[in-house]
Amino acid sequence: MSGKTLLEVEDLRINFPTRIGQVQAVRGVSFSLGRERLGIVGESGSGKSQTGRAIMGLTPPQAEVTAKTLAFDGIDLLAAPPRERRALRGKRIAMILQDPKYSLDPVMSIGRQIVETLRTHERVSKAEARDRALAMLEAVQIRDPARVFDLHPHEVSGGMGQRAMIAMMLIAGPEMMIADEPTSALDVTVQLDVLGILDRLVSERGMGLIFISHDLRLVSSFCDRVIVMYAGKVVEQLKASELRDAQHPYTRGLLNCMPRIGFERHPLPVLDRKPEWAA
Amino acid sequence: MSTEVVQSRRDWLLSERPASRMQARLGRAYVTWRRFSANRLAFVGLLIIIALLLVAAFADVLAPYSPTFGDLKGSRLLAPSAAHWFGTDDLGRDIYSRIIYGSRWTLYVVILVAVIAAPIGLLVGTVAGYAGGWTDAILMRITDIFLAFPKLILALAFVAALGPGIENAVLAIAITSWPPYARIARAETLTVRNSDYIKAVQLMGASPFRIVLRHIMPLCISSLIIRVTLDMAGIILTAAGLGFLGLGAQPPLPEWGAMIASGRRFVLDQWWVAGAPGFAILIVSLGFNLLGDGLRDALDPRSGDQ
Amino acid sequence: MSVAENQATAERGGTRAVAVLSSIGRFLVIAVTTYLGLLAVTFFIGRVIPIDPVLAVLGDRAPANVVERTRREMGLDLPLIEQFYIYVKNALNGDFGTSVLTTNPVMTDIRRAFPATIELATLGTLIGSVIGVPLGVLAAVRRGSLIDQIVRIIGLIGYSVPIFWLGLLGLVLFYAKLQWVAFPARLDVVYEYTFTPITGFYLLDAAMQGQWDVFYDAFRHIILPASLLGYFSLAYISRMTRSFMLNELSQEYIVAARAKGLSERRIVWAHALRNAAVPMVTVIALSYAGLLEGSVLTETVFSWPGIGLYITNSLQNADMNAVLGGTIVIGSVFIAINLFSDLLYRVLDPRTKVE
Ligand SMILES: Nc1ncnc2c1ncn2[C@@H]1O[C@H](COP(=O)(O)OP(=O)(O)OP(=O)(O)O)[C@@H](O)[C@H]1O
Ligand SMILES: [Mg+2]
Repeated sequence: MSGKTLLEVEDLRINFPTRIGQVQAVRGVSFSLGRERLGIVGESGSGKSQTGRAIMGLTPPQAEVTAKTLAFDGIDLLAAPPRERRALRGKRIAMILQDPKYSLDPVMSIGRQIVETLRTHERVSKAEARDRALAMLEAVQIRDPARVFDLHPHEVSGGMGQRAMIAMMLIAGPEMMIADEPTSALDVTVQLDVLGILDRLVSERGMGLIFISHDLRLVSSFCDRVIVMYAGKVVEQLKASELRDAQHPYTRGLLNCMPRIGFERHPLPVLDRKPEWAA
Repeated sequence: MSTEVVQSRRDWLLSERPASRMQARLGRAYVTWRRFSANRLAFVGLLIIIALLLVAAFADVLAPYSPTFGDLKGSRLLAPSAAHWFGTDDLGRDIYSRIIYGSRWTLYVVILVAVIAAPIGLLVGTVAGYAGGWTDAILMRITDIFLAFPKLILALAFVAALGPGIENAVLAIAITSWPPYARIARAETLTVRNSDYIKAVQLMGASPFRIVLRHIMPLCISSLIIRVTLDMAGIILTAAGLGFLGLGAQPPLPEWGAMIASGRRFVLDQWWVAGAPGFAILIVSLGFNLLGDGLRDALDPRSGDQ
Repeated sequence: MSVAENQATAERGGTRAVAVLSSIGRFLVIAVTTYLGLLAVTFFIGRVIPIDPVLAVLGDRAPANVVERTRREMGLDLPLIEQFYIYVKNALNGDFGTSVLTTNPVMTDIRRAFPATIELATLGTLIGSVIGVPLGVLAAVRRGSLIDQIVRIIGLIGYSVPIFWLGLLGLVLFYAKLQWVAFPARLDVVYEYTFTPITGFYLLDAAMQGQWDVFYDAFRHIILPASLLGYFSLAYISRMTRSFMLNELSQEYIVAARAKGLSERRIVWAHALRNAAVPMVTVIALSYAGLLEGSVLTETVFSWPGIGLYITNSLQNADMNAVLGGTIVIGSVFIAINLFSDLLYRVLDPRTKVE
């Protein structure tokens, strides 16, 4: 782990009360994060997004969030008043959502959405905010920032939309970033571009990154460490480089499912799930 | 012991692997019913409508006085009392009795309008949807034109030409209320038109007429029923409005809208003459609205909060 | 710029222009067919349903020679399609014949009554939107709270209550018992003679001429019917606002806005409501059109001298020219509002700008 600890999570639990009873979306997740890249993988419904949202303070109001520790840079997030948490969001902790098509306000121009983040957190003049937004658009490798600034989200491609979102979330210079499947909604060719940009910005600015994904291979090539979640629990935590030595059968199962060039696989392997892993 | 039986019957209904089509259907109905009855307001709506049906059926037993003949000498414009719960009108008739008999006219109107307008809409919509092409374009243009009209005013003009009377009012309302049903029926038709199931029937050589009648129309029924239920309140209000303007039911019929019209002259002093029938309209419309909302939410959970 | 690029740009401009033209074309087709439909239906009502349209226009007490002359004047000896052509031409010129009741051309009567109807419906919609939109927003934001329940009940009653009945009860309470408002009319009789309207919107006219006593009097007359209409429009608008807002608030871009650290206030009013505003325009326009349509009932209850009252008075006297003229005018405005709200929707929503 490099540098000091940014985020400390211990025994995080998230319960949704529903008509049929409690749904335990997250059941005792613990990890910590420094200025490094942490990947979270797991199948659909394993609680990855809910973990990320709980850190942001964006859990739906009906859910209960508890934890022994949930601290960002020494601030106890669960005890912090809503106002203080809001001040952290966007300013010190940012989050990128999956699909730019739905995550950008459709009736507000891209530029104004970026400026809005900045002016929420810093007192800057309109002109300065605009300049900084344009610079940020350039930083995410948008070629014609002045034109894109005035476009609406429906007028740009998915890849460009996702870059605009990265610009919108990073403009206030956060120290930590949660990326919840930032490329799953994009074309494969665009995915790599966007990942490249994310990669560069994170290392240039020395941010801590939590990278949520389905894709174990992507995570292992992109991150320093990997957490594997299953049914709301962390089943394995290991260095990305040591992924091949994973102990847990679920992780091994995930690894086995990945196709490899040059090997024919018949029949295709099916992921094994054992109730005792969730216990 | 008995709870166990109930438990297992519930499990049987909710089984994820129904053994027969019957079981699957009953299971679906049970789930829908549970969702419906969990909605307390919808349940109240259902009770109101059941009460309306009972009152209409047993009007002869429930009404203490005649709805058309009053005591002109001794009981004109009496305030509500033990003898006349809702008071009496200018012709000495018991308003309570008139309201009870009026429920029959309310039912008469909503049922007739539904029976006329829904099939027209169903026919136009399914034919347009199944035939496609020009037929579709023309039928839907006509539907949209009717949809863009102000319904009440048009109904008014129709009755003005046809002559006042409750039958003509029903006809006028029906003529102006079929377009939404056509829209719904067309949408449903389009979703099934290209399904394998319809293709199979076509392959077996069924005529288009038969396909539309036997295979497409039945599929549109449930969404039509919801929509018609939701429209009932509007139909009642339009009919009452026509009655109020003197175009609907004619005296001495105890129709609620017409009763408000005749009470209007004394409303500042004897408010109950117009007050009671309006309240009856409010309650029954409310019942239909609650029932319609509940049905929609139960059958289409997506729209639950909207 | 290279030739090829030039050509590509020109082509793009060309297809864009074609797209705009075709959407204007579609709009025109819809508008024209809808109006023709309205005229066809009123023609059918006025000329085809009655066994003798002349009697329907003149009443059955007219002398025989007048009947004969009118029959020829109305062109009833011509084939039906030719009659319809003349009918459409006359209607487009605003010629709906003469009113038997007032002996004026129907259009003259309507022109006089029209501002009264518009003034009432506009004030009603204003009241309904100014109260209804915030109520709907609050109900959506505090879903399940007391205010949400209240909005729900307001809506349910609004959808279920006969408007004319509520108007009568309002008169009993606020005019007869409490004496807060003036009797059913547009102005006190005193002012009917001293006040000269300019536009026909009395509140506006009085204010423009600085006649504040007239303004106050007009206000005391209009406030009850306008509040009543306002209630109906509020019931509809608040319920629709709530549902649009719930839909917007569940979108991902709201999560993103929270992740940016925006305040709840800004999220609700600047993002969610701005998005909901697009469909809201249609709802408010529809509610306005609905109030125009409902004018036949409200104006009758409040003796408000607008088109609605004109139509119902003519109905009672079997004055078919007046009834159909009024129907066409209200129908036209109703249709125009529908079409207009559709256009406005496209303008407000950036997604539909380029098609
Ligand atoms: N509003 C809610 N009400 C009830 N349960 C919920 C709600 N939101 C999420 N859950 C539960 O939380 C669990 C975890 O959801 P989460 O979104 O974190 O999964 P995920 O790992 O991100 O999956 P995916 O890969 O599909 O995004 C789900 O199984 C779901 O049942
Ligand atoms: Mg997720």
